[in-house]
Amino acid sequence: MKWNGRCIISESNNTLLSIRSLTIAYQHGNEWLEAVRDFSLDIGHGETVGLVGESGSGKSTVALAIMRYLGQGGRVVAGEVWLNGRNLLALSPTQMRHIWGRQLSMVPQDPLSSLNPSIRVGEQLAEALRHHMGMGQTTAAQRAVELLEMVRVPDPERVARSYPHQISGGMQQRVMIAMALGTEPQMLVLDEPTTNLDVTTQAAVLDLFRELIQRQNTAVLYVTHNLGVVARICNRVTVLYAGEQVEDAPTADLFRQPLHPYSQGLLDSVPQLGQHKSQASLQGISGHIPALGERPSGCVFAPRCTLAVDECYEKRPSWESLPNGRFVRCHRWAEIASGDISTRHPAQASTPPKPQPQSQPPLLTLDNVQVHFGLGRSLADTLARKPPAKVRAVDGISLTMQQGETIGLVGESGSGKTTLARAIIGLEPRTNGQMTFCQIPLPPTLSERTLETLRHLQYVFQNPEEALNPYLTIGETLRRPFITLLGYNRQQADTAVRHLLQQVKLPPHYADRLPHQLSGGEKQRIAIARAFATNPDLLIADEAVSALDVSVQAAILNLLAELQTERQNALLFISHDLAVVGYLADRIAVMYVGKLMELTETAVLLEPPYHPYTEALLSAVPITNPEVSQEHIRLEGDVPSQTNVPSGCPFHPRCPRYLGDICANQTPPWQTTRQGKQIFCHIPVDELQQIQKPVLREHHASEAHNG
Amino acid sequence: MAKYILRRLSFLALTLILTSLLVFAVTQFVPGDVARIVLGREAGEEALEAFREKFGLNDPLPVQYLRWLGNFVTGDWGESISTRSDIYPIVMERLRNSLQLAAITLIISVPLATLLGVIAGLNENRLADNLISVASLSVVGLPEFVTGLILIEVFSRRLNLLPANSSVRQGTPFMDALPMLILPAITATLVLLAYIARLTRAGVVEELKKPYVRTAVLKGLPYRTVIVKHVLRNALLPTITIIAISFGWLISGLIVIENVFNYPGLGRLLVFAIDRRDLPLMQAVTMVTVLGFALANLAADLLYAYLNPRIRLD
Ligand code: SF4
Ligand code: SF4
Repeated sequence: MKWNGRCIISESNNTLLSIRSLTIAYQHGNEWLEAVRDFSLDIGHGETVGLVGESGSGKSTVALAIMRYLGQGGRVVAGEVWLNGRNLLALSPTQMRHIWGRQLSMVPQDPLSSLNPSIRVGEQLAEALRHHMGMGQTTAAQRAVELLEMVRVPDPERVARSYPHQISGGMQQRVMIAMALGTEPQMLVLDEPTTNLDVTTQAAVLDLFRELIQRQNTAVLYVTHNLGVVARICNRVTVLYAGEQVEDAPTADLFRQPLHPYSQGLLDSVPQLGQHKSQASLQGISGHIPALGERPSGCVFAPRCTLAVDECYEKRPSWESLPNGRFVRCHRWAEIASGDISTRHPAQASTPPKPQPQSQPPLLTLDNVQVHFGLGRSLADTLARKPPAKVRAVDGISLTMQQGETIGLVGESGSGKTTLARAIIGLEPRTNGQMTFCQIPLPPTLSERTLETLRHLQYVFQNPEEALNPYLTIGETLRRPFITLLGYNRQQADTAVRHLLQQVKLPPHYADRLPHQLSGGEKQRIAIARAFATNPDLLIADEAVSALDVSVQAAILNLLAELQTERQNALLFISHDLAVVGYLADRIAVMYVGKLMELTETAVLLEPPYHPYTEALLSAVPITNPEVSQEHIRLEGDVPSQTNVPSGCPFHPRCPRYLGDICANQTPPWQTTRQGKQIFCHIPVDELQQIQKPVLREHHASEAHNG
Repeated sequence: MAKYILRRLSFLALTLILTSLLVFAVTQFVPGDVARIVLGREAGEEALEAFREKFGLNDPLPVQYLRWLGNFVTGDWGESISTRSDIYPIVMERLRNSLQLAAITLIISVPLATLLGVIAGLNENRLADNLISVASLSVVGLPEFVTGLILIEVFSRRLNLLPANSSVRQGTPFMDALPMLILPAITATLVLLAYIARLTRAGVVEELKKPYVRTAVLKGLPYRTVIVKHVLRNALLPTITIIAISFGWLISGLIVIENVFNYPGLGRLLVFAIDRRDLPLMQAVTMVTVLGFALANLAADLLYAYLNPRIRLD
């Protein structure tokens, strides 16, 4: 990707959408609470502007207000939304019907629920064409197929005849894009359109957006929480925090020199590809976003800002217009701009445990582990003598883990990574294969395992609710493992709980709270505390930070790294996010439909040769570093279903380096590269080395990493 | 879809077998000796024994069950103990009457209730919705015999428009019976109305909240298209199931209405049979109603599946 640092300042005559001091309130009981305050933005023809914020920032509210679709609980209190010289907020619903589709369209986050389940895809596209473009039945139906072709849906005729539930998530989102662009609107609002997609699919969809937007000269407001996506697609970015616009700048400028402390924090919270915990801990932002009714009256960010001074609590900063087309809302922006102050501390590296050398006896071994599920067979299937469908969730994984080592397991949806985790934990009995833990065979199910094993093998899941009983106080929850697994008495357990809370950076009085009184990040801290209570040798964390906002996620990643430094435990960290995995892990295992594709030291992850799938993954990960350009490799299609795993190399239907029949029919060999990477591919590693370029390249030697 | 139909059909068979077992078992435990009830207190032991022998009441239960089931399936429903006549024609005649009444009731109530429900749902918590809710709930609160008597008072006594007595005689052609069916059908409609309307309303309210409605609106489609083409297609699906359940109730549960209007339906026949401890008649009526109920549900399930591509194409 080439960085487009050009700053596009919209001339007034080029402005298509102009939002002036928009204030939106939501009804809570009898009160109207301001969700978004004083929001202003101009978007010119053909310009793509990112609206970035974490959950609760009000970004989707802005999007819906522009669409004039706030719903019953919401109301625009003040402000104007001008599109093509008309104030949309003054229009009646009937007048809006001429604007919707024709001038203004939207692509929402969740394509499946946004499509009518009982109308064929083609008709859902065609009806708008007939209505707005005056096409007849046949022309509209033909055009619908052309549109599907335009968004690169394979076999568009078949898809047009399908119902939404019959096509994959990536295809559904393409249909939504085709629908939004089909009527050639001038303005497009995209509300987290790629958030639910796998990273390789997301990359392809983003490419598509860029191409189509350019071709039709459409103006775009791109609403997202993902800074990497913004970096890839937007000319300009506006950052929203707790309903307040805090900064607005050309994308490259914002990434190079964020002026608002919140923007800085946001950027520093996201680990970069190639950034590792041993270099520097993540900066993150302490605390969490205030609830709607609890926003401070001065600067909304003051309670979390490390640079806050008295003035910040008293007076709301104004929306400063800077000479270079930037805007910022901070009392201290000038000091930040000049570099006098910064939220960025000198890098503080954690000293992670040194994994035991491979010669030592391993902590955990997996030998050809398989987990297959039989799908239930119906009476009709039995009568028709169909064999039961087999789901090959995990299809022969072998792996060795040393004491104190961190292995990152990365994979897209359907890769089987979670099933593998559950098989190791004992929640999902394996179908085949052997495991040992501390050199003792590990039985397939939890109930067959000894207390000693349970103590030393702990886990944290994506959803902390699973680990927390809503009716027990935090203290009671945390006391349990001490009493049941370690045999402490009540008093000893209480002391231990206090110590534990302190370690996960929560005040001792949290012991008396109930789970619902905690924020998402706090709950995850408790889940981590519970897992660490028994001082485990191995912690398995499955998507443990995925549900959290990036600023909270950073804090949890730091916590995991710190606790590991202290306890010297091994960590199996499972995630779909390669950058996060790379930040924590010593070694990375890449999984694809139930099989391992590559096993590599994190230090050499970015060096070629790569497994072709890893190469595509690295190329798809959205990166936020403006100094880095990325190789452009895109995968066709979607991750195959686990009931229908491709033969030979499971990656072959999508592999850009597909060799031919050998890939389709023969299981590839494991090869070892000079750097010690293990690669599951037919292409000899030396040849891979020759044909592959490094996926990420820095333009400038300086400023390699933030923080 | 074929798989789905097969599964539904096997459910139907299972339901019917279970019910037949249940019907058979229940009649075995009815207190009192059937022979004595039929023959009266003065009957001698010999006469009783002869009766039991004739009706097979001395055989082991499984034998009795299989014989009964076999006869039932072949249309030999036996002789009524109380009237000494063949059961099959009696029940069929009553079934025909009940089906007629059910059909008329559904023709009146379904479009009306659906319309009211849709209007209420589209105007959630606004005046129209509240009016419809209050009106339909206050009607449903009235017992059937009260609404029935009021209707008779108004439409036959005062206005003299429709007959108060609906005792359709055997073999009356449908068009001649029609006037007699209207008042009972309206009474039954008043019971069903609130029920179907509320469910329809709930369906509409729920669908309106779904994101696909937003998509349709933001496409700029006319309001009518959004509602009729997008919303109702999905919102009315649950209503189909409710209509099927109502149908079951209409063919067997109209005991009060049939009594008020003196209408010869299955409900009254069942009461009669129970009254006389006429076991064979009771069994036959129960089996017929269960069969009707099950078939109505099957039809509803199939229609639902047919209209819902998520099931049809699985
Ligand atoms: S105004 Fe003060 S509290 Fe707010 S961001 Fe600036 S320095 Fe921080
Ligand atoms: S084995 Fe073939 S299909 Fe598989 S990754 Fe290698 S080149 Fe691609």
